[in-house]
Amino acid sequence: MTTKKAKANANGKANGRLMELRLYVAGQTPKSLAALANLKKICSEHLEGQYKLYVIDLMKTPQLAQNDQILAIPTLVRKLPQPIRKIIGDLSDQNKVLVGLNLLETEGVE
Amino acid sequence: MHKNRNGHAPARAERLEKARTGIAGFDEVTNGGVPKGRPTIVCGGPGCGKTMFAVEFLVRGATQYNEPGVLMTFEETSEEMTKNVASLGFDLKGLAARKKLVLEYVRIEPAEIHETGEYDLEGLFIRLQHAVDKIGAKRVVLDTVEAIFSGFGNTGVLRAEIRRLFRWLKDRGLTTVVTAEKGDGNLTRFGLEEYVSDCVIFLDHRVTDQLSTRRMRVVKYRGASHIADEIPFLIDERGFSVLPSSSMTLDHAVSNERVSSGVKDLDDMLEGKGFYRGSSVLVSGTAGSGKSTLAAHFAQQTCRGGERCLYVAFEESAAQAMRNMRSVGLDLQRQARRGLLRFEAWRPTQSGLEMHLLQIHKLVEQHNPAAVIIDPLTSLMVGNINQTHSMLMRLIDFLKTRGITGFFTALTSGRNKEIEETDVGISSLIDTWIFARDVESNGERNRCIHVLKSRGMANSNQVREFLMSKDGIRLLPVYVGGGAVLTGSARLSQEARERAEGVLRQQTKEEQRRSLEGKRNALEAQIEAMRSEFAQEEARISVAAKQDDQRERDLSQDMLEMGSLRGGARQGKPGGRNGRVSDEHGS
Repeated sequence: MTTKKAKANANGKANGRLMELRLYVAGQTPKSLAALANLKKICSEHLEGQYKLYVIDLMKTPQLAQNDQILAIPTLVRKLPQPIRKIIGDLSDQNKVLVGLNLLETEGVE
Repeated sequence: MHKNRNGHAPARAERLEKARTGIAGFDEVTNGGVPKGRPTIVCGGPGCGKTMFAVEFLVRGATQYNEPGVLMTFEETSEEMTKNVASLGFDLKGLAARKKLVLEYVRIEPAEIHETGEYDLEGLFIRLQHAVDKIGAKRVVLDTVEAIFSGFGNTGVLRAEIRRLFRWLKDRGLTTVVTAEKGDGNLTRFGLEEYVSDCVIFLDHRVTDQLSTRRMRVVKYRGASHIADEIPFLIDERGFSVLPSSSMTLDHAVSNERVSSGVKDLDDMLEGKGFYRGSSVLVSGTAGSGKSTLAAHFAQQTCRGGERCLYVAFEESAAQAMRNMRSVGLDLQRQARRGLLRFEAWRPTQSGLEMHLLQIHKLVEQHNPAAVIIDPLTSLMVGNINQTHSMLMRLIDFLKTRGITGFFTALTSGRNKEIEETDVGISSLIDTWIFARDVESNGERNRCIHVLKSRGMANSNQVREFLMSKDGIRLLPVYVGGGAVLTGSARLSQEARERAEGVLRQQTKEEQRRSLEGKRNALEAQIEAMRSEFAQEEARISVAAKQDDQRERDLSQDMLEMGSLRGGARQGKPGGRNGRVSDEHGS
């Protein structure tokens, strides 16, 4: 765990900027709720104080779907740092989420 | 899916409602368009025209049927799409500005997507719903929705979502066209036709003999009769157009009205009235036999009557044809300027047969002519004879159903008997068949014309000589002499010869008459002479007979007198008698 955290610090906050995350959901569906819970857990464990998270409910603001080219729900978008990365699903696989956010080297997994 | 549809069915009318696409010919082929409020799959290989079909469906819907639409693209950006269809005259940006259309580009970038756990495509639904709500769309195009298979790994989820999407579209009564790539052995690569059970249209683009032809087939149309044949279609600067099929029945209205051929002498051969309006006329003949000139006369005649005429030429450019026709006294240029004559010329090799016919269809739609001239029709007779035949039948049917008089020329090769046979393929479609040919004799070629057949009229069976001059066409009366039809100088010399012979015959007759008269006179004179001779003879004989009688009487008197002289007793008596006798002598 500590090595992972070190990695996170190296990548996620390399230039001292916050990681910007957007979680797109559609209403209070089980998948959306699960995704939000999983994400909060990951962030508190790996990105404490180094991220900004926006939760966007497309049921309320459908016009926001086009900008980030959202199709799948839920979708987590890492807007910053560049390049943009998208992680879809309920984020239940923590390792995959970390890889997706580039917080974990793929070689390091398993 | 079926269960689901049935759940909604009772509220709907028995008959499947259709939404007109506005695509030329397609609505005729499908008896009204695509199923209203349901998804239709349009599939085919790359470049088959499925996107064009889909876009035109939307544009026509927005502009002609007041049904705004959503164009959701998965492969081309909105800008690319706008540019691509601008060549067809579709202004997507303008339509979007007028809230008739929403362009929604869905970008799928597999490289930036990581899947972690369960998901669905609710985002797609939300975006679609949002786009539909923005303008109150009635129509939707998804081009090409199966692109999502490249972006996401869980095909199980994707299939479920596509199934849900089609149901969702149907529940909202959105008339949808979904394009799909052709698959190996399947209609679509991802088997989308499995989810759309109402209407599947297959487009094909093939190249035969270096000519590309596009064909369309309605693979499936639930609840509606449709034509299962492959039907040619065309994509050009005016969009997509499908060649309407020929009508199955022969029930077009007929006209008893007659239209002049523009050549009075030819009209004379057709009961003096010309063709029937809306009939099909074929003029076949060898090269240079005057077919185009006849066609031009007909064009001129049509325009002169204030009607529109479409002249399609495959051999001459418009300028050339008009110049040439001026030499026979026809000013087609003027009719063109008046807007009555539409002269279109293009190379027969430019495209396949279907394309020609489609082109003609479109021109007819635009120009709305009373007469269509195709010069020559034989340029369309390329490739398979059966195909050609069915295509021409479609064309002629099309003209007939619209009451348009069709005037076609056909070039026949060779000058043998087969000339008339080579055209048999289309002769059954032709109402009036005029045959022009040239006759070569005495070092010159002369044109002849005759009416091979003309349905519904007592046409002349004569072969006429055909003369072209700067005043147009004249047909000379037939000249049959020496058992053959003579033309040109042969005709003239034969006429002269016969005139001379006539004079001679007349003279001989006169002579004979005179000699007979003479003979009769002579004979009568002879008879007269004999008669008078006989009369003289008769007279002579009767005088002689009288003299004999007298002589006898004189003799007996003499004997009496002599007796009395001898007797003396009877003196007185004979004396009286004596005087009488001497009287008699004196007479």
